[in-house]
Formats: sequence, C-alpha cells, structure tokens
Amino acid sequence: MLIDEIKQALADLAVIEKIEITRELPAPVPTEGEADDAKAATVTETETVEQPALHTTEYTSKGFHLSVTISPDDVVSAAKQLLKQEFFLEAVTGVDWLKENQMEVVYDYNHWNENCRVVVRTFLNRETPELPTISEVYSGANWHERETHDFFGIKFLGHPDLSPFLLPEDADYHPLLKDFKA
Amino acid sequence: MNLEVVDKSLETFVLNLGPQHPATHGVLRVKLTMDGEYIVHAEPVLGYIHRMQEKMAENRTWAQYMPNTARMDYLGALSYNHGYAAAVERAMGIEVPERAEYIRCITVELNRIASHLLWFGAFVLDLGGFTPLLYAFDDREHILDLLESVTGARLTFCYFRFGGLYNDIDDDFITGTRAFIKRLRSRMPMYHDLVTNNIILIKRLKDIGPISQDMARRYGATGPVLRGSGVNFDVRKHEPYSVYPEFDFDVPVYSEGDSMARYMVRMDEIEQSMRIVEQGLDKLPDGPIMVAKAPKIIKPPKGDYYCAVEAARGSFGIRLISDGTNTPYRLKLRSPTFSNLSLFSEACHGMILADALAFMGTLDLVIPEIDR
Repeated sequence: MLIDEIKQALADLAVIEKIEITRELPAPVPTEGEADDAKAATVTETETVEQPALHTTEYTSKGFHLSVTISPDDVVSAAKQLLKQEFFLEAVTGVDWLKENQMEVVYDYNHWNENCRVVVRTFLNRETPELPTISEVYSGANWHERETHDFFGIKFLGHPDLSPFLLPEDADYHPLLKDFKA
Repeated sequence: MNLEVVDKSLETFVLNLGPQHPATHGVLRVKLTMDGEYIVHAEPVLGYIHRMQEKMAENRTWAQYMPNTARMDYLGALSYNHGYAAAVERAMGIEVPERAEYIRCITVELNRIASHLLWFGAFVLDLGGFTPLLYAFDDREHILDLLESVTGARLTFCYFRFGGLYNDIDDDFITGTRAFIKRLRSRMPMYHDLVTNNIILIKRLKDIGPISQDMARRYGATGPVLRGSGVNFDVRKHEPYSVYPEFDFDVPVYSEGDSMARYMVRMDEIEQSMRIVEQGLDKLPDGPIMVAKAPKIIKPPKGDYYCAVEAARGSFGIRLISDGTNTPYRLKLRSPTFSNLSLFSEACHGMILADALAFMGTLDLVIPEIDR
C-alpha cells in the first residue's frame, strides 16, 4: 500500500509532539456517608505522551489521508521522498497563527494512481518566518512559494525570485497576516 | 549604437506579450526574451486582476462567501460553487439530498460543456479561424439560457447552498436540456469536419508543445492538460464525490502530450459530459432539494479540511481552516490553471512565438482564476 510506504518514508522526519491523554479511572468504591455525591466524583488522570506527529486521518471527514508535521529544515527531504513515490504537489500555502505566535506552512500532495492525499506541515517562528525552498525538487512550488511570500512574508531560502507576484510590484505588505491593517 | 555583436545568435530582445493581447484571454502579461522568432525565455507576469479572494473570505460569513466562488473561473463557475459547498458540507458533516446532488451534477456538466465550447471557439480564433467561434457561441447560448432559467444567472452563478440548492429544476428545463443534448450531438460531427480534421489545425497542433508526464508531475498540472499527457487522472473518478459514481462515463486520455492531444481531450469531454447529463436526467430521483434540517448558522467545527472537485480546467481544491466561528479562519483556493500555466515557461523554451500562442491556448487560461 502506498500510504504505508509513504508513512514509513516520512516517519523519521516527523517531529515528536506531546499530547495530553485524559483517561477516566474506575471510580473508587464509595464509603458510607459520601454515597450521594459519588456520581460527581469521577476520577480522571492526565498523562503526557510523546509520539511522532504523523496521523492517519479519516478521509471522508477531513479530505486527506495522512498528516505529517515536520521541522522546517526537513521540507526538502520530505519533498524528495514524496517525489520518489511519484506524488505531485497540489499547493503550498501558509496559515498565520497569531495567538500562538507561529506561522504554519502547508504542503498538499496528491497521487495520480492511488487516492492518497498527504499533508505536510511545518511551524515557524512568527518573527523570523524562514524555511528552505522546495522549488528545486518540485518546479511548480516556485509560484506557490512566491505567492505564500506575498501573502504572509514567509521567506523561502534559496528561492530564485521572491519579488511580489500577485500583489503590486512595490507591495511591502502581507495581507493575509492576521494583524494586517489596510 | 555601435555595439559590436560577437555572436549573432546571442543577440536577443525582449518582447512584451500583453497585458492586453487577444491570445492571452484576459490581462496576462508574458515577458518574452526572443532570439528572432524563437523564444529563449518566457516569464508570465500575473496579478493584474488580483482581488485577494482569500482575504475576502476571512471577512465574510461562510454563506456570504458563496457568490465570490463564481467570480474566479467565470466560465465554469458552478464547479467552484460545488467545491466550496462540498468543502463546508464535509466540515460540518451535512448530508445532501440525492436529488440535489443529481441536479448539481447535471448543471455542473452543462457548465463544463459551455466552458469547453467557449474554449473551442476562442482557441480556433487564436489560430486565425473566425467561423467556429460563432457556431460555438450559438450552442453555448442554449446552455446559458437553460442555466439562467434555474439559477437566475448566466455566468456568475450562486446556485448551490450548504445542504442543497437554491432552486429546483422544472419540466421546461428537463425538456430543454434533452433538446439541447440532441442538438449538440448532431453538431459535433460538424465541428470535427470543420475544425478537427482541418489540415491547417493539425499542422498547427500536432507535435507542438509537448508536456511530458515528468514535467506535469513536477508542476502539478491537472485537468485536460494532464490527461493530454496520457495520465488518467480525473477527480470525479479518482476521489469520487457527489453522485458521480452513479454515472457511466469515460475519462478521455491521449498519450501524445502535444497540443492536439489536449484539444482532443476537451472535445471528447464534451461528449462524456453529455452522457452524464442524459443519465442524470434519466435517473433523477424525486425528493427534497434541501437537507431537511439545514443548519441556520454555519459554524464548521474547529480543524482543517480539504475538498477537491474536477473543474473544467482541472482539480480545484479548497483547504479551509475553521476556528469554530461564523467566518473562515483561512480559506486557500487551489486553482488548476495557476499550476497549469506555471509549466509554460519551461515548455515553450525554443518554440516559435506563433506555436507558443497556440500552446498557450491549449492550456485554457482563465485569468481571474489564476489571480484570484
């Protein structure tokens, strides 16, 4: 299966994420006298688990099959792995997470022969949003990255030309930033 | 000017194609570096009608954004309606009634035929043939009239709603559509006699502008451009959505990869779309056109979702991110011609200018959709 192969190929690149798992513990046997409020006192336990940020998602509800979070330095090697498996690049885009002080860059990959959509994401510091370009691997990424630079000011290091693309040629603003004021 | 040219073949000049040029089908500028008649380098310059559609989405409620979707690919607007409605429906888990999905497919396919007919006419016009344009527009007019009768618009449709449709179709539409299919079926051989088998057209398209599968993959080309390179990829079959699995239709694929192949793919797609429309009318179930308990307030649950549909020009995708409020947090529009045009620069290297214009015509550009 293609999805298993690509999962394996990307597993090493995925960052380790911490997620909190909340479990319900079996309620302690109520002692006499507090039997009335025994129902309210369900005991839960929270545990932090570390695991690679690689998730198989439900296609019918999400629209993609696999979501991987990687470090910004690994986007090129991830792109190479995906090209090796004959994936093609649908789009590159950004998301501004103002509250978290982060920028997300999302790469949407799809495959011609199998219904297998892979979403590769990476998170950047909002003050210095920089990451390497993948336009050497996927030529089509050139325009997508230029557009993302226009809208978010994300710098793709090594990109041949990051001058304004869809915006006016003298544009020094990035309209999709959440704190952008026209 | 007494600069000495050391090597005549190194003498190049810059030629501006557009932003106003009939062959660019809108305001697209291509900065061409020419060596005589041959293209050394081509750089498309975009953004002349950029409207920041994605920012607009963040300033509207989910429902208010629906009319915007028709203002990107204005020749195949219903596919964009469909993509956006389907994306929100996927996020909210809304089940659309079967009758509504059938009508969606019927109208989208009619719109696809209209789009391909206009492309056909305008493309042959690019090559210097004026007459086919008039025939194609004549046929397309019938579709616009039919769609106007149910949607209320001729071009910028806002027909789909989250969970159904704005309006049901009536008997006039059904009989009108059947009559139109009959008419277009009888006209297709005429188109092929007049244009497809024309020796001038063949000489202008055959073996011109080859796109290899490797190039198509690297640039993310989709739609007829990809299918003209021998790849059987159609979102309607690949990721079946709506009621497309109920229809029996083929995906035209030509393996030559040249301009002629892309021309043939579109001509064959008109036939396949007619088949879908016919089957849709035959199988059209009774029932409501709107989901019974349509949510009054649209607030998709937190998270990110992706939804793709096959528009007339390729895979149109929407990546939407909801923060659980009544406006999108982020809406990314993946337009097919953006990716399709991005390969132009590499593909037209060394081509004669006149061939490059024919090649550009086969990419079927709609500029508002590229610029968004």
